Parts: sequence; structure tokens; C-alpha cells
Amino acid sequence: MKFSEHWLRELVQPEIDTQTLVDQLSLSGLEVDEVEPVAGQFSGVVVGEIISAEQHPNADKLRVCQVSDGSEEFQIVCGAPNARAGIRVPFAKVGAVLPGDFKIKKAKLRQVESFGMLCAEDELGLSDDHAGLMELAADAPVGTDIREYLKLDDQIIDVDLTPNRGDCLSLVGMAREVGVLNKVPVAEVDCAAVAPQIDDQVEAKLLAANGCPRYLARVIRNINPGVETPLWMQEKLRRSGVRTIDPVVDVTNYVLLELGQPMHAFDLNKLEGGIQVRMAEQDEELTLLDGQEIKLNADTLVIADQSKAVAMAGIMGGEPTSVTGETTDILLESAFFAPLAIAGRARSYGLHTDSSHRFERGVDWQQQRRAIERATALLLDIVGGEAGPVTEAVSETDLPEAAQVTLRHDRVTSMLALEIPAEEIVEILTRLGLSLEVSGDRQWQVSVPSYRFDISLEVDLIEEIARVYGYNNLPSRTPLAELPIAPKSEALVLQGRVRSHLISLGYQEAITYSFIEKGLSAQFDDQHEPMALANPISAEMAVMRTSLWPGLAKALQYNQHRQQPRVRLFEIGQRFVPGDEGLQQQNVVAGIICGSRQPEGWNGGSDKVDFFDLKGDVESLLGLGSCADQFSFAAEPHVALHPGQSAAILRGGKTVGRIGALHPSLQKSLDLTGPVFLFEIELDAVIEGQVSRFSELSKFPESRRDLAVLMNVETHFAQLREVVVAEAGEYLKQVTLFDVYQGQGIEPGRKSLALGLTWQHPSRTLTDEEINSAVSAVVSALGTKLGAVLRD
Amino acid sequence: MENLQALLADGKQAVAQADDVKTLDDVRVQYLGKKGHLTQLLKGLGKLSAEERPAAGAKINEAKEELAAELSARKEQLERAALEQKLAAETIDVTLPGRGQQLGGLHPVTKTMERIESFFGSIGYTVEEGPEIEDDYHNFEALNIPSHHPARAMHDTFYFDPTTLLRTHTSPVQVRTMESGQPPIRIICPGRVYRNDYDQTHSPMFHQVEGLLIDKNISFADLKGTLEQFLRAFFEEDVKVRFRPSYFPFTEPSIEVDIDRGDGKWLEVLGCGMVHPKVLEMSGIDPDEYSGFAFGMGVERFAMLRYGVDDLRLFFENDLRFLSQFR
Repeated sequence: MKFSEHWLRELVQPEIDTQTLVDQLSLSGLEVDEVEPVAGQFSGVVVGEIISAEQHPNADKLRVCQVSDGSEEFQIVCGAPNARAGIRVPFAKVGAVLPGDFKIKKAKLRQVESFGMLCAEDELGLSDDHAGLMELAADAPVGTDIREYLKLDDQIIDVDLTPNRGDCLSLVGMAREVGVLNKVPVAEVDCAAVAPQIDDQVEAKLLAANGCPRYLARVIRNINPGVETPLWMQEKLRRSGVRTIDPVVDVTNYVLLELGQPMHAFDLNKLEGGIQVRMAEQDEELTLLDGQEIKLNADTLVIADQSKAVAMAGIMGGEPTSVTGETTDILLESAFFAPLAIAGRARSYGLHTDSSHRFERGVDWQQQRRAIERATALLLDIVGGEAGPVTEAVSETDLPEAAQVTLRHDRVTSMLALEIPAEEIVEILTRLGLSLEVSGDRQWQVSVPSYRFDISLEVDLIEEIARVYGYNNLPSRTPLAELPIAPKSEALVLQGRVRSHLISLGYQEAITYSFIEKGLSAQFDDQHEPMALANPISAEMAVMRTSLWPGLAKALQYNQHRQQPRVRLFEIGQRFVPGDEGLQQQNVVAGIICGSRQPEGWNGGSDKVDFFDLKGDVESLLGLGSCADQFSFAAEPHVALHPGQSAAILRGGKTVGRIGALHPSLQKSLDLTGPVFLFEIELDAVIEGQVSRFSELSKFPESRRDLAVLMNVETHFAQLREVVVAEAGEYLKQVTLFDVYQGQGIEPGRKSLALGLTWQHPSRTLTDEEINSAVSAVVSALGTKLGAVLRD
Repeated sequence: MENLQALLADGKQAVAQADDVKTLDDVRVQYLGKKGHLTQLLKGLGKLSAEERPAAGAKINEAKEELAAELSARKEQLERAALEQKLAAETIDVTLPGRGQQLGGLHPVTKTMERIESFFGSIGYTVEEGPEIEDDYHNFEALNIPSHHPARAMHDTFYFDPTTLLRTHTSPVQVRTMESGQPPIRIICPGRVYRNDYDQTHSPMFHQVEGLLIDKNISFADLKGTLEQFLRAFFEEDVKVRFRPSYFPFTEPSIEVDIDRGDGKWLEVLGCGMVHPKVLEMSGIDPDEYSGFAFGMGVERFAMLRYGVDDLRLFFENDLRFLSQFR
């Protein structure tokens, strides 16, 4: 809501300056977005009249004008295309200072002297218009200071109103607030009834009375459409951000700004028969004022004549019945449309108008008559004509009810932790237009006025009291609470610990978008159809990620393109996986690494990372919950991964994550320098651990035997380990793999694995015979189960 | 026995001249070994008379001890020198960079979120999380924002279908918490939220931390006190705090909070209010018995103010040059 400070001060006159007023509004909940002077800083500019305008002898585009300031004539050289004799324009005399500290001096333009300057609007900081000189009214008093004549010592105040305060979408509403805050009276707008001069009436029928419980109409005949809107009204409209169109439309806009009542004017002669307010027929057609051809939905309220819809009620009028330059007879409309009948409708057609904005929020349902009288009086003043009597169609039962709310003083006190005196409560609410009646001990019955749609509960009244009293004047304290100690699972690894661990391993935390490009999503997951947004920002942010990998891969790409060859990133966040049991929104932890094993340095570590670097990091992460032994890795292909370097991460046999090398062809298509390795694990699997349990330390020596085993390259270490653990007896404490070799000295298709096996008994020393028999059991089982033999 | 003095002098000289442990050991053997010169002298004692023998023996032993002491001192000296030489050879340039991984870092948004959580955690708030894909009921209806409410326009919601959406705030988590329990409730709900708005000052995805306290006798003053203390603790400054009436359908009264960090400019930092009685009722809490307050803040905004970041978009570009400035 934009308005001129002058206009506001016509209605209410607190003795405070602009800044105080603005702060006051903001601190009472009417947040001022911007305060802007209506014109730039300038002085020495008066109304001038061009007496004559002759062609400049030495320049095609310049004219030499004689300009009067009422007492003297001055010669001015001017380049404006509209400089002509007879018009009155802003005249900056020698000595004037224009915006930007531009001083006007005597000058010579192509050998002709010029004593001042004639101004366009932009040169006075009024607008961006530089098409020509600003033409003033023909009766503008020559010689008067322009600032005074146009009342330019004024500010445009732009208030960003919250949706509950529809009552402030008018000068009257704003003035009421200012009156309350400063405890000063507010002037009434003159809305005296205009006596009908003709009998013409148009019938109005309410066929959808719950959407439109009140409809007023009035015929005005024989207006003069050629008249120009008076400057004072044009200026007030301009300062409220409304363009001047023609006097009829300007008057309806003026009343909308002044009283907050949206109005409409039809060209009476284009209407067929009486008015009906009804719901649209599905796909009924209407051409709107802005030229759009609309197919209406059946949920839309329309104003119709006997044959067709002529306006989208409360939103926008129709083009065929609109007022034009030829219109002489009009039908003026002032109606109350219920907020629920308008809410969301404009938006469903991609529209948003000053009218719909107000009706959606609630327009005073008792002011339609005052508005139509006000508009009639203004119109008769400006365009003349004769007004008929007002037709009013009303369905009392469908009108909103004036809310009655009980207010308990004790409740005010307990909610605000402050006892505000009763007189002050009464004063605040009364000035806001509410009426109070004592209805018990420290209790009132409060009637809410028809313009306050936001007050229906006691707490709404308390808010009003607090707001006007001033939030910053209310006390503040530390809440008191009982604080019992809540149980806390020690088995759960804190998310913060997961993060710190990865950070210690050199990973930088990333946060990537939850929505990604559909094609990219498919490259990383061909198993799930991702959830697609109905209204995405762009194709790059269209579907919900089913994995964090695409986002991390893009982040890697972003950094590689910025000369960062070594990248280690992780992210914790939700992935969104649709499935048979519905959508799974799971927190996962994922990471990506690429580049050298260690930061570039003087002492090694420059080898590129491989699968086992990442696997080591993942294993240490999985160890945080003290149950590393529940996890295993199994080779398993994945669409985004290298088929030979891809594994599922399992916990107790259930897949909880994945690790592997990015598939070289995907790497190429993402323009990444590789190799790149990725992991992703369900966060729950990482954080659900167990509380540590002490086991007795053995006092007896360990025995170790090393075995070098030859087996087929296809056989996995996990299989080997499984056989070893199964056969080595219950006192086997540890299996260490300390070498893997393939190549010279080993027949093709075979590999050599060197294991260290350690035994220990809790309560005695194991004998050589026991160890030897365990070793032979292992060796023999390896032979039979895996075709493995000891290496000589 | 004059021989003894000469022998001792020779031995001492040999000890002094030995310049490594091996040579020194040879000297020891030469003089004190089984067949060493001094040992031989002892063996020659037999030729002396019984009267002369003790005194001569004592002298020889004295000489032996004297030489042994010289030997051991020289040995110690040589060993120390050898160690010093070895240590000198092992000297490294301690200013060379160390080996191993570089420390990574926490994203500034997480860092800020953890910091906010820690303040409220210390006064009894627990962290609650919820789904990011929400239903219309929890995101709007249960928060007193029915379908045609103009406040919906302020939210620029991302939809999947008419009833499924990306949460526009973390308030649905508050609703879910109220639905599943009774007061006292003290929770903090951090997380990602989404709005269909993308320009220099708006990101379609950002983070919020919301808080909710419901108990008996909770007043507007408790809300003011809590947020004033939090803001001063967060910025570690005595920031000026101002409360401005605003409007959120789920709180009444509703408040926006501005701070001034000493430059005379008010910056809006969070929204809050007393929980609307309808919201309490819808979630099964009796508004006559309990009252409470809720607040919500944009984490990116706090991170920008705290760390001096001037461009919102940096948070989601994941540029290592940006991220590595935070640990």
C-alpha cells in the first residue's frame, strides 16, 4: 500500500515528523518498506508560460522561446519537441538548483543567449519521463513556485501490509491507525447522499448471495467523457502508484484508495438488461479489461447482464462493457464480495488486482453505500451528468456477522505478564473502532467493527492491546521450567560425531540441492522414478534426488572446473525414494573423493586415490558405533559405478549402502577427471551402535603363524577369511592380511595372499600342538573349499 | 717397579690417543686384558718377597684402577661424541610441512545450526526432525492456514500434487510433536525448507531452525526474554533487540524481531509469536490450560551475519575455496 503523506495528513494531523511517523507505523505492525520523496531536491522553479516559440537560427532541433514568469519575460533556448506557445511548464530560472545539485546559469546555445531552462518531469525527479516538457494545467498560476503548486514537499510511504490487515488498505484505515497511535482525532470523509436527479435504475439480482451478499448500483447519465481528471486527483493517484486513465476510472480508483472500497463502472449502453451476480458457467467466455480472453471456471463469481458475463466479480471488469472515451452513461457498482468467494480465484487465472487484493482480505461490508455516494459526488464534480437513485440488493443472512468477543482483563495480564490499566485497554480498543461493554468482574463484551476481519478471538484483542501499547514497552523475563533429566541412548552415535569424523579424514561438508535434473537422476539411479515437482524452478531443479551422488558429482565438477584437482566432499541429508511401501525419506551420509591420496606435498602421497582409500574411510566411519563386525561388503554392480569396483555395504545381511568407482563413461559424460570414488550409507545404519562391553584381558602369550596362500583370482578375500575363521578354532583372535601378490612367480589366474593368524587363550598358554593342528585344519579346509594351497 | 710408572704413562697416552671405541677397547685389552701389560706385572709379583708383595700388589692395582677410570671416561667421551655426530646427521628441517590429510570442515550452515542448537540444548530443548516432503495438512491446515488463505501466497510452495508439497517451513515438525505428546514441550526443529523463489536474495532451498515451548503460564515476556538472551549469546555482543508486530496465521500475537549491532541499522532476523489457540486445539492441546511460544529463523541469514558472507548463493555452490574458510 503506497500513499502520499500529505493525503494522510489531510485526514489526521499528529504533531510528528515523517521519520517518527514511519517508525511508529513499522513498530505497530504496518511495516514501512520505503519512504521516497515525490520529487527530487530542487529550488527556484516556477510555473512559466511560453509566450512564443521560434525556430533557433543555428540549430534544427532547438527553439527560442519567450517565457513569462508572470512579471517578466525571459529568452530560453529549448530542445523539447512539445515546446510551443501557450502551454504552461516548469521554468527553472537562473539561480535555480535542480536535482543532483545542478545549478542553472545564463548560457549561450549556438550563439543565442538562454536565461534558464524549461523542465521535463525527470529533470525535477518526478518520474522517468523525458519525452518532452511537463505540461501543466492551463490555469496553473504563472509565477508560483512549482513545489508549492504541485505540493511536492511530500513523501510516498510504501507500507508492506500483512494479509490480516485488509482494513489498512485505504487512507481512511491508515489514518485510523495513526489516530490510535497518537491519540488524536481522525477526520471523516464526506460521503453525504447525493440526491437523485433522474429516475433511471438498473435492477440487480443476487443469484449467489453467499459470494455477494450486497450489491449497489447507480446510473449516471450525460457525463462529459472529454474532461481531464483534476491535477490534485492525478497527483494523489500518481503518488499511490496508480496511473491516470480517464476521469471515471480515476474516480473509482480514488475511492478505492481513500475508503478501501473497490468499485467498477460499466458503460450503461453496452449492458443488456439488469445485473445478475451469479457463478460463472463452466467455460463461459469473458474478455477482460486487459484484453485477455478468459474461459471461466464454475467456481468464479461473475457480474452478468441478461445475456453474458460482464465482469469477474471483485477481480476485473470486462472489456466490451468498459467505459471508453465515448461513454456518456455509466452504471456505477459498489459491492461486497465475501473473501472466500474471491480468495485464490484471481491467482488461478494468473491475475492479481488492487480489487482482488482487497476483497480477498476483507472489505468493510457496511461501507458500500458511503462509497457509492462518495464516488457519485466526485464524478458529478468532475464529469458532470445526472445521477439516478441507488439500487441496493442485499441478503442480510449472507452478510458477515459483527463478531462479539469476551475479553478478560486477567487473561491480558497473564499473557503479557503486565497489568495494563482498564482505562488504557478501553481507550486503545475504542480508538480502533471497537466498542466495549462491561460484562462482569474485570471482563468486557467487545463488538468488532465491520472492517476488522482479523478479530474473532480474545487473543486477537490482546494482540491489538499489545501492539498499540508497544511490544518494546512490554516486560521480558526468563522462562521458568521444570527440567527433569531425559534418558539419552549411549548406543546412538551423535550426528555431530559422524561429521567431525569425516572432517578429520579430510572431507569438507557440502550442501547440495534436494532437487536435481531428471536426466542426471536417471544416470545415477535407474531403479526408481523420482518424485517430480509440479512447479519446478527450472529443469535443473525438477525432481527429488533418490541419491546424494548426483549433487556431489556436480559439486565435484564445479570444483574441478575451478582448478581444484583434489576434492573430498561429504553430505548428510534426506534422499527421497519412491517404492511399493510408499515414499521413503531417508537420511543418508554420502561422500565423493578424487585426486591425490594426500594433499600435494614434498613427501609422497601424490598417488591417485583408489577404492581402498575410500573403503578405509568408510570402515572407520562404520566403526564409530562399536559394531564394525556387523558390516560387510559384497561385490554388486550399480548403474553409476564401475562394474568391477562396486560393492554393496551390508549390515547383518541387509544392504544399507553402496561404495564404488564412478563408471568411466558416466565420468566422461559429466566431464570429470577421474578416477572418482563414491559412497552412500543410510545414516541410521551408521549411528545405531551399541554400548561398549568390557571383556577380560588374557595374561597368557599370543601365538602367531603366517600363511601364504595361493588361490584363484576370482576367489574373494572374504571367502578366504570366512574359511579361516570357521576352521582356526575358538581361540583365534585376529586375522591380518599383510600381502596380496599376483604376477611373476605365480601362475596366471592365481594370486597369493599372506595372512597372519593370532591365537590366544584366556586362561592358559596354548601348546604348539594345538596351534599346529589349527593351522592344518585351516590349510586342509582351504584346499577342499577354495582350491587354495600353501605357497612354497 | 719404575717400570710400572712408565707403563701407566704409556697406557694413559694410548687411552688419550684412541679416537674411537674400537681402538679404545684394544688399549684396554693391551693393558688390562688377561695378557695385558699391567696384568702381567701382577703375575710377576710371585718373584718378590712376601714382605714386598703386598705393597707392590697394591701399587699395581692402583695403577690398574687409574687406567680403568681413564678408559671409562674416555669411552664415555667417545660415545657421547659419536651420539652427537649421529644426532647432528639426523637433523631435519622442522619447518617442512607435515604429512597426512588436511583437516576438512563443517559447512557454515551446519556450523550455525549446531551453534543455535547448542544454546537451546543447554536450556532443555531437544532436537526434533521431520520429513521434507510434507502433506498440506501439516504444512498449512494444522497451522491455521486454510487453502484459500492469502498467507499461502507468501509461501511460494513447491507442489507434487494438490496435497503433497515440499515443506515451506519446519513448523510441521512442531505440529507432529504436539500431536504425539503433551506439554511441557521444548523443542528445536532444524532443517531444510523450500520456497519457489530464486534470485539474489532468495534461494529455493534454505535452512530454518524453529523452536517451540509450551507449558503452563508461558507469556509474551518469556518469549521476549528467551529471544533477547539467545540473540546476545549467538552474536556474543550486546546487540539491541526490537520487537515488531507482524502476522503469521499460527501465532497470535505475531512478532518480527530486528537487531541493531551498533551501526544504527535495524535488521530483521527472526519471526515468532505466541502459539495460536486454534493451532494448540487442532493438535490436541488445551489452550485454556497451556500457552506457549514459537520462533523461527533462517539459518543462512544468521550465518551471513555471523561470518560476514555477503552472497546467499555461495552456500549452495559448494566451492571449496568458500567452504574451506570454515572449519
